[in-house]
Amino acid sequence: MQRLLPQSGKTFGWAEKQPNRGLFWWAFIGGGCGMSVMVEIEHLRKAFGPITAVDDITFTVGQGEVLGFLGPNGAGKSTTMKMISGFLTPTAGTVRISGYDVQNQPLDAKKRLGYLPEGAPAYQDMTPAGFLRFIGEMRGIRGKALKQVLSETVEKVNLQSVLHQTIDTLSKGFKRRVGLAQAILHDPEVLILDEPTDGLDPNQKHEVRTLITNMAKEKAIILSTHVLEEVQAVCTRAMIIAKGKVVTDSTPEGLERQSALHNAITITIRGVEEDGCFETLQKLNGVKMIEHLGKEGACVRFRVIPEKGLSISSEVSQCAKEHQWEMTEYFVERGQLDEVFRTLTMPSQALT
Amino acid sequence: MAAIGIIFRREFAGYFSTPIAGVFLVIFLLLSGAFTFYLGNFFARGQADLVPFFDFHPWLYLVLIPALAMRLWAEERKNGTIELLLTLPITMGEAVVGKFLAAWCFTGLALALTFPIWVTVNMLGEPDNGVIVAGYVGSFLMAGGFLAIGSCMSALTKSQVIAFVVSVVVCLAFVLSGFPMVLDLFSGWAPSFLLNTLVSFSFLSHFQSITKGVLDLRDIFFFLSLIALWLFATATIIDMKKAE
Repeated sequence: MQRLLPQSGKTFGWAEKQPNRGLFWWAFIGGGCGMSVMVEIEHLRKAFGPITAVDDITFTVGQGEVLGFLGPNGAGKSTTMKMISGFLTPTAGTVRISGYDVQNQPLDAKKRLGYLPEGAPAYQDMTPAGFLRFIGEMRGIRGKALKQVLSETVEKVNLQSVLHQTIDTLSKGFKRRVGLAQAILHDPEVLILDEPTDGLDPNQKHEVRTLITNMAKEKAIILSTHVLEEVQAVCTRAMIIAKGKVVTDSTPEGLERQSALHNAITITIRGVEEDGCFETLQKLNGVKMIEHLGKEGACVRFRVIPEKGLSISSEVSQCAKEHQWEMTEYFVERGQLDEVFRTLTMPSQALT
Repeated sequence: MAAIGIIFRREFAGYFSTPIAGVFLVIFLLLSGAFTFYLGNFFARGQADLVPFFDFHPWLYLVLIPALAMRLWAEERKNGTIELLLTLPITMGEAVVGKFLAAWCFTGLALALTFPIWVTVNMLGEPDNGVIVAGYVGSFLMAGGFLAIGSCMSALTKSQVIAFVVSVVVCLAFVLSGFPMVLDLFSGWAPSFLLNTLVSFSFLSHFQSITKGVLDLRDIFFFLSLIALWLFATATIIDMKKAE
């Protein structure tokens, strides 16, 4: 019930527009089923003079969803997020946070929103302690409640060691964690995070992703990222934006399925004759193509690529069993997201 | 409304967490003292008042206050913290007023720290302290005027240097408003009511009437409405830049 996604798995061509009537029905049904829609974007457009940075984007995000924004640099991800948070005024379209229009009811909308801007800005001359206290007060939290919230948040993002150092002396990773802390301080319903793990080391990345996943159940989270494995690790939904338009709105698995290498099987077999092996594999049902990946001593390596949408795992393993092949490697490819990304955002490249 | 207080406190404390406070205060006190005693012939005059002291305030403010004001918004924009500030649940007005009040109070602190001169003149003679109080009030209001203009110029640009230079020029125009240097720009073509209005904008004429000891409501109203107008302009410019 958590994922009522209107158009999972569909890809959008450059000319196609996402139908929005369907979205409202889904939102209505979703509302009826108990999943509340927390972010509604309708026909959002932003033009900077002659340049259209965001071109008619429409989507909704519900409670429990973690939406990943992907896209090439300059695609319009940050601009969209700035409009959702209320920092930029759209040229056209509306943004609603929990039903409140960000432009017309800014105070109500911003109260329910936590925002980590691009680059995690903060007042450099303040310490994390002072800065978070400032944000907490601005968010209307006082006294004992403020102390409580501050210590909880500091623990969640692990800022204890740098709490009383000025922010300009902190490393990039800590600065980003300060930014994250100020966004989650007041426990908002909606979180907009612009590259939350940028500059963090692998351990810190893992911590932040765990934090996001834990918070995801009661909130609607929109995050942008360049790291495709983050999409698989954290997001329930992935949206690729290019040149200001939504190119695809799908789940991470849906994106994987679009990969040409989805369900491809890479095998290394020892002690067999290469050509004979090749021909045997070719005869299997559903095999589209077999790539030679080379020879290592007595081992031969192939990648068996199935027809689109098919799984040939059982056929290949059966075949190997029948012929009593000694397999030293058997790997089922889920799909390379960066290849999908490239295909969808650079249409000049041929689709395989 | 509470947001104004929170922003005020953060900004005011911010002045003291960097060398800005120290440098500004020391230089202001040094210069105001030096101008009073050397350029103003404080002792040679032999009069128990602070006229030479107050006379230099417009010129001191002209240079020092744009330096204070230039970082109000340009720095926020440069650092990116403006994005943080404007996505918090506060109104633009609260943000603008909060920052302005912090800068104004800091200037007030600088003014207050000149009290040794007041003490000195009381030790040396019997000045009319009412006139001196009026002088301080007038100076404080005028400082607010300069600050409001500087705040608006700061909102126009990311560059603090541009904000500073443009602020100085605009403040100069207001200070010299009644003088030929500014009037001549308009005298050729402007109707006489406009020229009269321009003359009435002169900071110098309003300030001088206050330092003579007369707290005329019109002068106070002039400065307060000027501050209100430029702060409103600041908020409007920031709003416009959001849409840009």
